[in-house]
Amino acid sequence: MNGYGAGPALGEARWYDDEAGPLVRLYALTGGRARPPNQVFDLMTLVVAAGPVGDDPSLGPEQAAVLELCALGPRSVAEIAADCDLPLGIARVLLGDLLAIGHIRVRPPLPQAYLFDQAILQEVIDGLRAL
Amino acid sequence: MDSGRFDGTRASAGQAAYESGGADARDESFLALKILVAGGFGVGKTTLVGAVSEIRPLHTEESMTQAGLGVDRLLGVEQKNTTTVAMDFGRITIRDGLALYLFGTPGQDRFWFLWDELAQGALGAVVLADTARLPDCFPAVDFFERRAIPFVIAVNCFEGHRRHDPRDIADALDLDPGTPVVLCDARQRSSGKQVLIKVVEHAGRHHRSRQWLGRNRTAEPAAQPTSSRPNSSPRATSTAGPDSSSTPSDRSTTFRRPPGTSTV
Repeated sequence: MNGYGAGPALGEARWYDDEAGPLVRLYALTGGRARPPNQVFDLMTLVVAAGPVGDDPSLGPEQAAVLELCALGPRSVAEIAADCDLPLGIARVLLGDLLAIGHIRVRPPLPQAYLFDQAILQEVIDGLRAL
Repeated sequence: MDSGRFDGTRASAGQAAYESGGADARDESFLALKILVAGGFGVGKTTLVGAVSEIRPLHTEESMTQAGLGVDRLLGVEQKNTTTVAMDFGRITIRDGLALYLFGTPGQDRFWFLWDELAQGALGAVVLADTARLPDCFPAVDFFERRAIPFVIAVNCFEGHRRHDPRDIADALDLDPGTPVVLCDARQRSSGKQVLIKVVEHAGRHHRSRQWLGRNRTAEPAAQPTSSRPNSSPRATSTAGPDSSSTPSDRSTTFRRPPGTSTV
């Protein structure tokens, strides 16, 4: 869908593959921009849709896909890039657009003192054991 | 920009925004921890991440001036000034609202500059080691020691490889006392889980002792590893890898991590 890597075959033999690189040049997805308009997107910044995801005709297909993913629950910038099969830099630009028009909310990574609380770490250990 | 943020400490701020959305107010307490998986090229990082989590590649576009200076021949492709670096990425959902992210760091030394962003805010790290190529993990050990990021050495015991005493490996790597060394099989989910548990346990001890030190010191001490060492430039970081790894002749004759590599 985004042209990065191989998409679904749709019953036909593919004439391109991952090795061929992106079918759509990446700069075309971002309007030529390499950096997001704002600098809030750490790898671990959490993103969530700000409201119900309606049909916004002004969104490109990649932006719409990113927004749809955000509506499923909060996830990190790294996870969004990986799940949408978009390079990190491109995902950051698209998220920057979605933030600027108010479709998403973001939360910077929490401070370590809060994240590395003993109760939380114990929960992680128990969770790993149960995996 | 600030209006678009949600703040984990202000319950009311986000509530209204989520009421009608696909996400609810519970999202504000969503926690995500990050563990890095490092080690030499081909040591089994991808295998380990894949054994314990749903793995997928994470691509990042990097400028060639950083990634490939002096390495990649640009003849004929002068206009191409970015290159794609693929990392392994995995997520383990502990419960609703608590997730563990795994990042397999790029194995090639020339992508060391990427590690700085990856390492920021990491709970801890796994350094995968292969006893047949132990020097391959020296750069990773140095990197995490320098930044005071707690890490565990996981020795990937491939079939047919003789097992080593973890104490000998700790000695050969000149590890700080208390750094765990575990034997593992990166292909086994149960083994990978044990490695991650070790990392979380070790990180917990590490942070507790740092908090304790912080409370018991009036002035910021010069001995604090992260503050005492100057931040190296991306270029310096990217050269740190090749510089600190041993030459082939070194590898066959000595097994010990050269002491000079652990200091900046």
